[in-house]
Amino acid sequence: MRLTEKDVRYVAALANLNLTDEETGRMLHDLDGILAQMDTLAGIDTEGIEPMAQVLFGDADETATLRADLERPTLENEVALGNAALSGNGYFKVPRVIER
Amino acid sequence: MTLHTITSIRDGLRARQFSAVEIAREALEFAERENPKTNAYLMLSPERALAAAAEVDRKLAAGEDVGALAGVPIAVKDVILTKGLRSTCGSKMLEHYIPPYDATAVARIESAGGVLIGKTNCDEFAMGSSNENSFFGPVRNPVALDRVPGGSSGGSAAAVAQGTAVVSLGSDTGGSIRQPASFCGVVGVTPTYGRVSRYGLVAFASSLDHIGPFARNVRDAATVMSVMAGRDPMDSTSAAAPVPDYAAGLNDCDVRGMKIGLPVEYMKHATGETADRIHDAVAKYGRMGCEVRDISLPSTDFAIATYYVICTAEASANLARFDGVRYGYRSAASGTLSEMYRNTRGEGFGAEVKRRIMLGTYVLSHGYYDAYYLKAQKVRAMIARDFTNAFQQVDAVVAPVSPYPAFRIGEKVNDPVAMYLSDIYTITGSLAGIPCMSVPCGTTAEGLPVGLQILCNHFEEQKMFRLAHAFENS
Repeated sequence: MRLTEKDVRYVAALANLNLTDEETGRMLHDLDGILAQMDTLAGIDTEGIEPMAQVLFGDADETATLRADLERPTLENEVALGNAALSGNGYFKVPRVIER
Repeated sequence: MTLHTITSIRDGLRARQFSAVEIAREALEFAERENPKTNAYLMLSPERALAAAAEVDRKLAAGEDVGALAGVPIAVKDVILTKGLRSTCGSKMLEHYIPPYDATAVARIESAGGVLIGKTNCDEFAMGSSNENSFFGPVRNPVALDRVPGGSSGGSAAAVAQGTAVVSLGSDTGGSIRQPASFCGVVGVTPTYGRVSRYGLVAFASSLDHIGPFARNVRDAATVMSVMAGRDPMDSTSAAAPVPDYAAGLNDCDVRGMKIGLPVEYMKHATGETADRIHDAVAKYGRMGCEVRDISLPSTDFAIATYYVICTAEASANLARFDGVRYGYRSAASGTLSEMYRNTRGEGFGAEVKRRIMLGTYVLSHGYYDAYYLKAQKVRAMIARDFTNAFQQVDAVVAPVSPYPAFRIGEKVNDPVAMYLSDIYTITGSLAGIPCMSVPCGTTAEGLPVGLQILCNHFEEQKMFRLAHAFENS
């Protein structure tokens, strides 16, 4: 086993993900199997190889990705709030974060 | 129900054999009737479809230009946003989400006269290879209803295979168009990365995500590609390279003298009837006058590990936006803000999505970044280089799409490692960002479709379509 249940709970907290006890046990088993696959990367010789963060093309014209910096209309406030679970006075509402 | 093509609809509309509204009505009724069998659609959009069709009819009557997709019924995967039409991504998290804008691909298709008839089922947030991860239930393969249609764009593949849509849109991150196309016996295209704008495609793994078409023949897929492709100011990774009329490019279909490579690393794993069909296809290319040779893609064995590190890392970052605040599900059981985030995500995401968020968070976490994410990006460069080298020797690479044909529903759902390993043939092309497609190449003795994968160099879609079209017509 590469991981412990404590590791799984730590990663779940980083990911803001609430897992039930049953899910935690299952996750431990699944992640261990998948990480065994991923650990094969360690044995590959990548000396002198630049990481590929994005698919890049040689021709500069094809990757000239900057658009003109112009003012454009954005979503109306009401539209932007349209899918929120809770909103009011033109804002998204969340549970209280500052205790009095 | 007539199994229409883009061409047959265009000709029929011109000859006044039917109207666009009649075609739309027929497609909607057919989809409604068929859907209980396959669960391919999450929603039909009759109002939008009939309005678009009526506009095509009005333009035809007025003698105006109606566009390349005039009156063509099109289904769109539910990870692609449609303004005012619920777009769920197959997730409880977005069960009631109504997008305030259209994806660029959808807007372009509708501008060309396409008629959006509905949104299709898929694996939750496009994560899966069998369409069993949808919150709204699995999709059944119309060819064999006890089997999966493939994933993650299973609904889009099934809709075209059953004939309820003439063409459909899917998304592909590691094979999510090609694999379901092969399982359902239709054509599926993953374009060059950046060829089609990703604006309005709900992000899974941004450096790997593509939108592409499904169709029942290569010409229709090529027509849809010409409509969707091209620079979009709303996607900074979209490419400015000019977009040819791919369908017109199929009129010259001489493939004699073209060089085709068969990767030895792929074929050593391929067994059974899938391998037989690929060898048959290769022999057919030989008879058409192509020069077939073995090639080597030496980094293939590292692809699964590389892909699953990169895609889960990017997914964990992209899916951080689902926090119950701006859109989507919010847990009712929450005291503090932090509890609200955790409960919302714990209750809103399904098992596979949670698994990938966890993996991605782990490989990006302190102390592991270099060993996993940075290392995977370097190996990705090696995999891309393999293809660059191959395309100095050959025009195209051909390969299987999947190691096996459509499997039974439930057969692999409890073994994520086995499910991930089944992506071996499709993820290499995704990592390299090259255009690739699946074209039907026969069936197994049981009648299950097998797909032939054709891969070409960046922006060489035209060459790929030509080879696929020649194969289809031979």
